[in-house]
Amino acid sequence: MTTPVLPNDAEAAAPPAEPGAARAVVDHARSYWANVRSGEVGALPAVAGIIALCVFFGLSKPVFLSVGNLANLFGQGAAVACIAMGLVFVLILGEIDLSAGFASGVCAAVMAVILTDWGVHWTIAIGAALATGVVIGLVLGTLVVKLGIPSFVVTLAAFLAFQGIVLMILDEGSNISINDETVKTIAGGNLERWQGWALLAVTVAAYGAIQIQRWRRRIARSLVHEPLAVVLARIGALAALLAAGVFLLNLERSANPQIISLTGVPVVVVILGGLFAVWTFVLHRTRFGRHLYAVGGNPEAAVRAGVNVDRVRIAAFVICSGMAAVGGVVAASRAASVDPNTGGSNVLLLSVGAAVIGGASLFGGKGTVRAALLGGAVVAIINNGMGLMGLSAGVRFGVTGAVLLLAAGVDAMSRGRGKLFGRN
Amino acid sequence: MLLELTGISKRFGPVEVLSDVDLAIGAGEVCALVGDNGAGKSTLVKCVAGIHSVDGGEVRVDGEVRTISSPRDAAGLGIEVVYQDLALCDNLDVVENLFLGREKRRGIVLDDDAMEQLAAETLSSLAVRTIRNLRQPVASLSGGQRQTVAIAKAVLWNSRLVILDEPTAALGVAQTRQVLELIRRLADQGLAVLYISHNLNDVFAVADRIAALYLGRMAAVLDAADTTQSQVVELITSGRSGQLGLTDQNGARP
Repeated sequence: MTTPVLPNDAEAAAPPAEPGAARAVVDHARSYWANVRSGEVGALPAVAGIIALCVFFGLSKPVFLSVGNLANLFGQGAAVACIAMGLVFVLILGEIDLSAGFASGVCAAVMAVILTDWGVHWTIAIGAALATGVVIGLVLGTLVVKLGIPSFVVTLAAFLAFQGIVLMILDEGSNISINDETVKTIAGGNLERWQGWALLAVTVAAYGAIQIQRWRRRIARSLVHEPLAVVLARIGALAALLAAGVFLLNLERSANPQIISLTGVPVVVVILGGLFAVWTFVLHRTRFGRHLYAVGGNPEAAVRAGVNVDRVRIAAFVICSGMAAVGGVVAASRAASVDPNTGGSNVLLLSVGAAVIGGASLFGGKGTVRAALLGGAVVAIINNGMGLMGLSAGVRFGVTGAVLLLAAGVDAMSRGRGKLFGRN
Repeated sequence: MLLELTGISKRFGPVEVLSDVDLAIGAGEVCALVGDNGAGKSTLVKCVAGIHSVDGGEVRVDGEVRTISSPRDAAGLGIEVVYQDLALCDNLDVVENLFLGREKRRGIVLDDDAMEQLAAETLSSLAVRTIRNLRQPVASLSGGQRQTVAIAKAVLWNSRLVILDEPTAALGVAQTRQVLELIRRLADQGLAVLYISHNLNDVFAVADRIAALYLGRMAAVLDAADTTQSQVVELITSGRSGQLGLTDQNGARP
């Protein structure tokens, strides 16, 4: 959510005197800084973390900054990022879903059995996986909302149960390989070079159109609006960032280009981008999203305002488990197989960590889809970089745990700070 | 009269919380409801707001007998209640709070700009100058500003009777004055206001009439201009003051 510029007293008293563009930009920066100081840190820690980590790993292992590794990062982090995007919806309510990791495993197993053992078309297999996720979410949500069992307990029980269900689906732990080319493309495929550029053009044009239209509408209604320079700068920054990404990913990154050429934007990046756009729209531009934040902020107020609180809460669990299913499909596609450990081990911890590192609050009321993506990037970079440095799995778990704790600490402290600067 | 209560009684089990209460409020006036703790102020408000049902008596709105059995019924009749514990979401901004549950949309998309414009118009019609940035989270507002938002939220919906439950209880001096001025403006715009308070200074600053409850019974309803604070204090503490107030069962004043 963007913050409009605050007109100060002088401007309010003399409206015709349009402030200079430079001055308006300075005001804008100042109001952003005021928000940061009052505890609304937003994406700042995650972005700072990404930059710091990239510098650190780049210096200690130059191969970290290679194009091949950049493309690799997306594949490694995609499943966790998907699950984290879903978790954000539950975290906004102040609830938690500990079963999201194994829910993704169950959904991946369902897909693998239908695809490989039954030989059914991939559309039906993926559809069944997503439907499984939705049903899981409905059951969990109903148990939490209608029976009033704490979500911690319900999803901890589901965490154990789903582990068992994966074993049962996979016949006591066999490994099902995935041979369908389309499904393997999800996490393994790349776009053609021109497709990457075309997608960039469409994305920037759409974003720019939305931003400019919104800016003009606010002027038409004579509402407080951002200076045009800030709007254009934002569009330009997005275009530059995406262009740099497409350019890098379009470079040859195969070790032996003569044998096999490896170029283009990974398909999984497009999928993540699409999910990000859809869920951001749902959270910030629909009534459901508004009500979700309201229920997370003050359930009593939401009830009094006539919000159907139960339905909102169940829907959040459905979205969370549904996104876990997406994450399961992506993980299965990347591994080209499903085994009893798919969605297991540290997947859940990393997903919750991703959401919290990105800025979602464990206390509820706060969180964005962008947070999940940025936090997912931090988690992926830590794992990837420490892997390149040859550190043991033990050290990696330890460091990831420490980062999660740090993020939760920042969350708790910024909450206290918000209180300090807030009331009276 | 916009709202007329006649012979309202309410009991919780064996306890008679309200007995035979009469009260009438007209458009454009502030009626203060005073009484000691347990006198039945909150119960009376909850009966009007549709949270409690009444056990006896009639509620008339615009002269017609109505049954208010849910907050939705009350809202449908133009009755809005601003509760003591503010029903605001700290993590939402001012506009989002004002429109919570009744968001304006174009298709499925929230029309935030239309809502912001309407919010700005409503606040300026109430001459609210204390809230300048409508896009700041409610958590960053002062107590008086929060109360202002809560009241504006009640006024936004063509409400005709606004009931305020201790709106100044937790506020400082300057903020109390702001809220009292706002209450006065609501009445000047033609709304009926039922204002519950413990603070007699505030009551005399803003009220046209004062209704004093004593142990579930209406001790007296007085014009504020013809009444002194000490009379109201006597009515609150003993149910009578000179020729005013309750009589005993034989109709005699002891």
